[in-house]
Amino acid sequence: MTSTIPRLEIAHIRKAYPGVLANDDINLRVAPGEIHAVLGENGAGKSTLMKIIFGTVKPDAGEIFWNGEQVHIANPHVARKLGIAMVFQHFSLFDTLTVAENIALGLASDVSMPELVTQIRQTGEKYGLELEPHRHVHTLSVGERQRVEIVRALLTNPQLLILDEPTSVLTPQAVDKLFVTLRKLAAEGCSILYISHKLDEIRALCHSATVMRNGKVTGNCDPRNETSAGLSRMMIGDELVRLQRERNPDSQRSERKLHINRLNLLKAHLFATELHNIECEVRAGEIVGIAGVSGNGQQELLAALSGEDQRAAPNMLMLAGRAAGHLAPNPRRALGLGLVPEERLGRGAVPAMTLAANMLLSHQKPPFVKRGMIDFAYARSAAAAIIERFKVKASGPDALAKSLSGGNLQKFIVGRELERKPSVFIVAQPTWGVDVGAAAQIHAEILALKKEGCAVLIISEELDELFALCDRLHVIAKGRLSPSIAIEQATREQVGLWMSGLWQQDGQEATHA
Amino acid sequence: MRDLWPWKLELRGTPSRAMTYLSPVLAIVMTMLLGALLFIALGKDPLAGLKVFLIDPFNGKRAISELLLKSVPLILCALGLAVCFRANVWNIGAEGQFTVGALFAGATLVLIDVPGHATPGSLGLVLMIIAGILGGAFWASITALLRDRFNANEILVSLMLTYVAQLLLMYAVNGPLKDPNGMNFPQSKVFSSEFMLPMLMSGTRLHIGFAVTLVLAAVMTVFMTRSLRGFSLFVGGTAPHAARYAGFSSRSALWVSLLISGSFAGLAGAFEIAGPIGQLLPSVSPGYGFAAIIVAFIGRLHPVGAVLGGLVMSLLYLGGELAQSRLGLPSAITGVFQGMLLFLLLASDTLIDYRLRRKAKV
Repeated sequence: MTSTIPRLEIAHIRKAYPGVLANDDINLRVAPGEIHAVLGENGAGKSTLMKIIFGTVKPDAGEIFWNGEQVHIANPHVARKLGIAMVFQHFSLFDTLTVAENIALGLASDVSMPELVTQIRQTGEKYGLELEPHRHVHTLSVGERQRVEIVRALLTNPQLLILDEPTSVLTPQAVDKLFVTLRKLAAEGCSILYISHKLDEIRALCHSATVMRNGKVTGNCDPRNETSAGLSRMMIGDELVRLQRERNPDSQRSERKLHINRLNLLKAHLFATELHNIECEVRAGEIVGIAGVSGNGQQELLAALSGEDQRAAPNMLMLAGRAAGHLAPNPRRALGLGLVPEERLGRGAVPAMTLAANMLLSHQKPPFVKRGMIDFAYARSAAAAIIERFKVKASGPDALAKSLSGGNLQKFIVGRELERKPSVFIVAQPTWGVDVGAAAQIHAEILALKKEGCAVLIISEELDELFALCDRLHVIAKGRLSPSIAIEQATREQVGLWMSGLWQQDGQEATHA
Repeated sequence: MRDLWPWKLELRGTPSRAMTYLSPVLAIVMTMLLGALLFIALGKDPLAGLKVFLIDPFNGKRAISELLLKSVPLILCALGLAVCFRANVWNIGAEGQFTVGALFAGATLVLIDVPGHATPGSLGLVLMIIAGILGGAFWASITALLRDRFNANEILVSLMLTYVAQLLLMYAVNGPLKDPNGMNFPQSKVFSSEFMLPMLMSGTRLHIGFAVTLVLAAVMTVFMTRSLRGFSLFVGGTAPHAARYAGFSSRSALWVSLLISGSFAGLAGAFEIAGPIGQLLPSVSPGYGFAAIIVAFIGRLHPVGAVLGGLVMSLLYLGGELAQSRLGLPSAITGVFQGMLLFLLLASDTLIDYRLRRKAKV
């Protein structure tokens, strides 16, 4: 590959932010048609490097060559003109516009709207990224928003496609489908920069890999010849501890802490998913998972569980034996609920507030608040304790939530919810966009919680995670919940099938069994 | 070409705390510099002009008392607006809430202050102040109701209600509240002095309303920075989803912030009636409610800032009046200075998130 002119070559790229050296003397070459992985923990500098290539961040020093010629990528417009497309980890979509309108904004050429709608449908069909072009983005789930981003990128017929953690929200079948797409794109000559922390995927998909740690390149390799352990060693410096899942023999007889009792909910808005007869129970010392592709009712279910949606009848949700379907979030917390929402910035935490202030989102009782007055000194010390215990990388309790990387903020939010010693712990997408190190830590915390007798419900789109943690698994599809299946009897194929809603026939027997 | 201006704006890693507080100071200094240029353009001595604006309002006890007096309605309105703006409720109708507060307060005194009445002065004063607060809160509640029930835009509703309030006041002073012995002027009778606010400094017009304002600013500081309710308003304003997750109701944020704001504006209206004006006039407010929007922003939406901002704005009002009488400038000069101040403040605020850096030599 060294004989051909690289599609993209970057040399000695350096970028410093106040206090951090995000990129230090980075070199990287991508050949035409090559799928090149960029591996690294959160904060390793991957995203900064990609933003430099895409023109949203200007490097302090270094050179970029495109098809052998030195280029100056001043802004994303220049990047797109060169043929670079990017799918961001944090989506850059306008909530109030439709899918088609958002895609039209990202395209340079003037395409008529009906034509664009056809193109979106065709591209979606071709690559298994089905989308309804006329839906408003604010009604879409995270997974669906990502589909919009990928389709938008593909519509520009790029020569280089940058994907930042693209598979975290897809079903195994959809990941396979995406890989087929990416391999096809690569075979057509498009180069792909693939940022991920999923070592198996990188080994299955990528031709070469650049590993980054603390803003520096720590290794180059062919991931097909490496083991996952070898890759992770390059990435974080030491090997990951494999999780030890213990089956709690008493969990079948232990107390039922959470019972979703034939929950039915009509749509709250036009594009919401209706919930039908959701039936699920979680006992003390048990971890139950809900798998499914996003947009199948997870958001609606979570809102009904958290108390953000209080339309359910009281007895449709039993928390610690009490009817709670009609309660607001705080009374539910008083019943022992701890909940980590899917969106970290904006829902789980206020971006422009300090970590100490963010403690108060879910801690509004003494000693945090006394007689309506906030004890900020206590909130600061509580936040500092969480930062210390969970090894959150932050400058301290006064750091703004938005200054933390995804993984670190998630550790903080999980820590905040654990701080209340919940008897029922509900978490959505616990490790979405979180690096391996942080993910392992969060998984270990969830297992520890189970050991202490907490009832845990995980809503996730990552099957690996659910298989690693759960005792029983449900699948949600089109607003209905499958019967549960013990993890020992579950296979990825079966769960994948259930994700398309295909349990109804054999499902009836399972519920009565 | 690119190096003609050797500076560039660069995003800061974190917003600058220092610039948050320096920005208003910078804006005030720049306003004065541009003001000096304006004086030159008008053929006046810029130093004499600035002296009229900056020094003369401090010239003696009487001048200072007038400065403090004028700051009362500005500070009160800004205290309430700061709460609204933090909660992302864009109430720009403090002027109307002020007007209705003044109207209710004045109407109360017209009812009480009749020949041969038996109401003690202090009771009448308290009643009229309560009426003013209720009037302002009532006017703000119309905006809250329309937003709550019909999702009507609170910016338009509160602004339009300001004009309705002014027409209502015009009707009142031309009709039911008109002084029967007032030579048919559109104004109420001059109220008896027993119902007026006690003075804070003898020989001046500065009333105890100023002290009340300072106490209220302290109370609001505690409310906004220490109380859970104040915190919840702020969360609802910056991250509505996080507020829902936390269990903070957006409806109560809307109502609480508008009712607080309306009450403060109404109180300011009552203080004007029971203080410097002493009767109900069509012109109770020279735009205090609108100027208070600028005050709230100069004051960084913080109660202590509102006090300082209110004093600066009061200075501009008095300086503008003096500029009319001493320099022969048109009355629009006050508005011009207010506009420059707001404009320059918004420009200076860029430096909170950005810093000026010398461009790297190529």
